[in-house]
Amino acid sequence: MFRTWLLALKSLTLHPMRSLLTILGIFIGVASVIWLLAIGEGISIEAQRQIQGLGATNIIVRSVKPPREKQMSSAGGGPVPYGLTREDHRRLIESVPTVVSSLRLREMRATFYHERWSMDGRLVGCSPEYDEMLGLEMDRGRFLTQQDLDETASYCVLADRVAEELFPGQNPIGQLVQVSQGEDFYKVVGVCKHREGTAAIGGSLEAQEFSRDVYIPLTALQARIGDFVMYRTSSSREGEILQLSQITLKVGSVEEVEPTADLVKSILKNHDYMEDVGVTVPLELLRQAETTRLMFMMFMGLIAAISLLVGGIGIMNIMLATVTERTREIGIRRALGAKRFDIVYQFLVETTLLSVVGGVTGILIGIICPWVVWVIRDVIVQNWNEEFYQSLPETFRIVNPVLVPLSIPLAFGIAVAVGVVFGLYPAIRAARMDPIEALRHE
Amino acid sequence: MSATRAYTPPRPEGAAGAVPPPVATSPDIAVRIEELTKLYALKGETVHALRGVSFEVPRGDYMAIMGPSGSGKSTLLNLLACLDRPSAGRYWLGGDDVSRMNDDELSYVRASRIGIIFQSYNLIQQLTVLENIEVPLHYLGRLNRNTRERCRELAERVGLGSRLGHRPNQLSGGQQQRVAIARSLVNDPQFVLADEATGNLDSHTTAEILALFEELNQEGRTLILVTHEDEVAQHAKRVLRLRDGLVQFDHLTENRVVAVPPPPPDEA
Repeated sequence: MFRTWLLALKSLTLHPMRSLLTILGIFIGVASVIWLLAIGEGISIEAQRQIQGLGATNIIVRSVKPPREKQMSSAGGGPVPYGLTREDHRRLIESVPTVVSSLRLREMRATFYHERWSMDGRLVGCSPEYDEMLGLEMDRGRFLTQQDLDETASYCVLADRVAEELFPGQNPIGQLVQVSQGEDFYKVVGVCKHREGTAAIGGSLEAQEFSRDVYIPLTALQARIGDFVMYRTSSSREGEILQLSQITLKVGSVEEVEPTADLVKSILKNHDYMEDVGVTVPLELLRQAETTRLMFMMFMGLIAAISLLVGGIGIMNIMLATVTERTREIGIRRALGAKRFDIVYQFLVETTLLSVVGGVTGILIGIICPWVVWVIRDVIVQNWNEEFYQSLPETFRIVNPVLVPLSIPLAFGIAVAVGVVFGLYPAIRAARMDPIEALRHE
Repeated sequence: MSATRAYTPPRPEGAAGAVPPPVATSPDIAVRIEELTKLYALKGETVHALRGVSFEVPRGDYMAIMGPSGSGKSTLLNLLACLDRPSAGRYWLGGDDVSRMNDDELSYVRASRIGIIFQSYNLIQQLTVLENIEVPLHYLGRLNRNTRERCRELAERVGLGSRLGHRPNQLSGGQQQRVAIARSLVNDPQFVLADEATGNLDSHTTAEILALFEELNQEGRTLILVTHEDEVAQHAKRVLRLRDGLVQFDHLTENRVVAVPPPPPDEA
């Protein structure tokens, strides 16, 4: 047994270059199976992380600017109210029993000033559930409280970049920030830690960036700015009447999410005509992501299968050449008493050996995939400028490949199977040769 | 030469004056060929390579098969080597009819009961001397410490004890043929079949190999040489000549030359 393998190894070392190239074919196939699966897994984990950041037990209802033809001309041609109202929120809270807590948001573009520094960002009026429902962490100070809301306090909490730009080298806590909308001053009570932006996930959720946010109590926003907001740009002015940008409802358990979502949709039926409200269910997104992941995996698997097929054809090609070249040897072995099966076996052992070696090296290189991606990223950051790095696809910057443990035995099994399957034909061809003809072969 | 003399098995008294008394022959027959016929279909035409050949080879015989090209010599060789099956007729090896066996059975017969030596040595290049000798045992599944020891003894027997680990391409033609001879003996065959075994060798080496054959025959081994060289055939006890697929004659060698080891070549 062992001897046969040793002899096969000897035969293969007769043509080291040829054997090496054949191994390379399988090696690439196996490594690509592992890499593709690892990258696919990394992407899907990242997607799930983002969706889970929205909360699996949350239902997100957002106001959407309705399409222009639905914005029915109001008398004066001025802005038309749209989106979620405080009334919607009251109805939701009162009629949906499964809601544990709810969050209201009103977002608007604004410019923030402190002394001679200014910055464009997003003003978010929110209820105090915001930090716990969206996993906001504080760097300094505190977040807004129910008391701030009740007192309509002129307090604000800054996101990390706002704090850096308006208060370079200073402690912003206790200082005042002026907001372009309403021209009012707000006292800083806290600064958030950095929070990664999210990619657009689907539904009504667009890509969001959180590092330019300033949070103030929703009541303060309503009292000092109101529902009507004018955005002034250099060429035009645009008005917006909107009570709430977003309502996030949290239910007690995952099972309650879908029935609750249906209920929420039916309660908000009055918005159907305007199409100015979108309901996003992270749980559904998670399920969709799961489906997408499977499709993605299948796609990756297909690519990997093709590369393994190419590797297999490589094996077959080489073995056919080898069989022709070793016709004489086959004749000798047959004359000395080798049965047909012995010849098939001998060549199968050789192809299996080739594919096992290719498989093992492929696995070794496959395993270091996450590390390689990390190193490449590091090298780019070290040697090129920040802009180049930022210009790279987001997938490359964010995704960390995650090895799928199953992919290792899978890739190895496929490699060996490829060796056997594609080695079988040349081996059988070798065994079928007439020993007399084979002996005469030069 | 056209007179065909009936073959009679050698008797202990010796057949011809110059021939030394043959070694004790066992009464049983190593090979018995009955009306062996082989047809080939060649481009739609049927070629009669053998038209009914019969002979017997007793154990301990030393026989040369001769014949011009086209005489059916190669066909007979392939049949004797169990590399091919006859179209008609029978081939008894020991007591078994091998002419009706299937491919696997023939493989087993080749591995276990026939020793074969080729003109071009036919050693496997990637194997060492010892490994080449072991090949038939490998296919018999009889490779173990004892048989491996026997392979080593055989290598020593043919004078290659010091080159067990060499590759064929590191050996001279004569040495390679010695490896092939050792390999042909490893399964203790019913007979050793040598196909132009000295065809590629110079006269000195040829003499060495023929002396080795003589020794083996004197040890009681049955040898069948296929050759077209009269000088080689002269060393056999018996010559069978084929012509057009038939036995032209089959007689004991007159003026048989008993090969003796040649003196070592004078090296300057």
